Amino acid sequence: MVNKVLTANRLSDGISVWLDASGNWVESLQQAFIARHAEAVTALEATGKVAFDDNKVVDANVVDVEEVNGTLRPLRMRERIRAEGPSIPYAAGYNGLAGPNFAA
Amino acid sequence: MYRYDEFDHAFVSSRVEQFRDQVERRLSGELAEDAFKPLRLMNGVYLQLHAYMLRVAIPYGTLSSRQMRMLAHVARKYDRGYGHFTTRQNIQYNWPRLSDTPDILDELASVEMHALQTSGNCIRNVTADHFAGAAADEVADPRPYAEILRQWSSVHPEFSFLPRKFKIAVTGAERDRAAIQVHDIGLHLKKDENGRIGFAVYVGGGQGRTPMIAKKIRDFLPEEDLLSYTTAIMRVYNLHGRRDNKYKARIKILVHETGAEELSRQVEVEFAALKDTELKLPETDIQSISTYFAPPALEPRAEGWESLARWKKTDPEFSRWVHQNVQPHKHPDYGMVTISLKPIGGIPGDATDAQMEAVADIAEEYAFDEIRVSHEQNLILPHVALADLEPIYRALVVAGLATANAGLITDIIACPGLDYCALANARSIPVAQEISNRFGAPERQAEIGELKIKISGCINACGHHHVGHIGLLGVEKKGAELYQITLGGSGDENTSIGEIIGRGFEPEKVTDAIETIVDTYLGLRNDKSETFLEAYRRVGPQPFKEALYGGSAQEAA
Repeated sequence: MVNKVLTANRLSDGISVWLDASGNWVESLQQAFIARHAEAVTALEATGKVAFDDNKVVDANVVDVEEVNGTLRPLRMRERIRAEGPSIPYAAGYNGLAGPNFAA
Repeated sequence: MYRYDEFDHAFVSSRVEQFRDQVERRLSGELAEDAFKPLRLMNGVYLQLHAYMLRVAIPYGTLSSRQMRMLAHVARKYDRGYGHFTTRQNIQYNWPRLSDTPDILDELASVEMHALQTSGNCIRNVTADHFAGAAADEVADPRPYAEILRQWSSVHPEFSFLPRKFKIAVTGAERDRAAIQVHDIGLHLKKDENGRIGFAVYVGGGQGRTPMIAKKIRDFLPEEDLLSYTTAIMRVYNLHGRRDNKYKARIKILVHETGAEELSRQVEVEFAALKDTELKLPETDIQSISTYFAPPALEPRAEGWESLARWKKTDPEFSRWVHQNVQPHKHPDYGMVTISLKPIGGIPGDATDAQMEAVADIAEEYAFDEIRVSHEQNLILPHVALADLEPIYRALVVAGLATANAGLITDIIACPGLDYCALANARSIPVAQEISNRFGAPERQAEIGELKIKISGCINACGHHHVGHIGLLGVEKKGAELYQITLGGSGDENTSIGEIIGRGFEPEKVTDAIETIVDTYLGLRNDKSETFLEAYRRVGPQPFKEALYGGSAQEAA
């Protein structure tokens, strides 16, 4: 089974967040709880629905990830960009995914 | 420019307070997302990949320095120090907090700006020629009519829940700089044989997944009938437009399925009933709105001719900028300046807060306090004395805004693409940047001449790829980005939809493909005066296909 994580956007500011193992919404994909079997995925989906209904997050989705050398990497580019930010430097001092860690 | 009256102020302020209440109720949990989403969209607030996005309306792309400073202030205080000017002459902020949006709208209202009708199935920001009121080839200024349409369409109760969004563009010159034939309604201001002002009316143009060129359904509509005739079109669309399928809901599909002749007949029936009602525009109303758009008092500045010639001789960079970015004004001592938001290797349409402040300062000091946003994602100073071009250029150099590429291959339109947009399938900005870097040398751009590249990151075509001389459409294929190339599109008075040239290209190969197309053009053009588009229309796609695919079966998509 493909590993999965639960992601959403925080209601108050829209920032992309992921659910960690303690049930907190965190801003780093790398801290996300990884569902490795069907029951865990079902639990993630339920958690996403509850968080949406509780008005904590919007657009909650379970997405596919893989682990590459200990680093979580979403399978879809859309999710990789959500996790890392725009792939281009967009303002002074920000390098986005233009740095060496981004694997398109 | 137009100034709010008491009604406008009260209306916009009440909408801000209404939205503030809605946001508070959403954040407290009183309002659920399903109920809130249409409300936030009515106020220009989207949810994108990384954050909310706020789209602020800039009616017909016209701004004062005070308003531009406010846009800079919003970027600085509530966002991450920059904004993105769009192909609909608006500006988008990519990182606002939902909780801040009422305050942002409140601040915008203080300079007579808002975000109403920048989303939703309503009549969106009415766009116009960015050289309006200044162009030498203009019959009449389109902005008073755009403003009349704006007032009429703002929260119009009958047209706030249309089958789909609705876009109107107005041009006042034979040379169409507003791309009216790819709008739901395109209005071409003209004079009849008696010198009366009116419009040629086009209906049913658009891009997106089903690109269509608008059909002309009226050769000449007298100006007093603008609202009654537009209402007639809207009524036919509102009644018969398809609500069963959002991909078939735009008026272009209705025009296509009904036929322009029959649709025109239906519009005329409605119009006959509306023609002599309160929708008929009194001459006094047109005059009264037009006074807001009276041109500034342009004093003779003939000394500019001599000084301009002198500066051009001594500074080739300045000379190149004048040649490329300054267009003739209706007053011979003045010019219209394009401030390129396409620095070589930069992000098309983005401007930092400091750059916005710089443009505001320049406009205030030298350009009668007027700024425009073009649908090609540049800024315009419409009234500049030739005598002032040199100090303006120096100030733009300091601000990083003096790129001399208006209309050239690096003046690329690009949507935000997958770097920001929740709808996108592929990135647009990095592709634009790589092409810009490849062709950035001034001599090379000049050799290639006028060439418009337009890039969209999905089929919705916000980057106008269908009407690019070279269009790029990003798609997702087997989880990876792929770019489909179209050739021969154009969004001017001779509008055409680009033709798909063959199979798509991977991101790392797309710039090479563009170079192959450009080299093919340079090899086959009759002479330097034959533009890319003219050459393409003369020879068709075959030489380009052969150059790209070697004439092999690989070209099959």
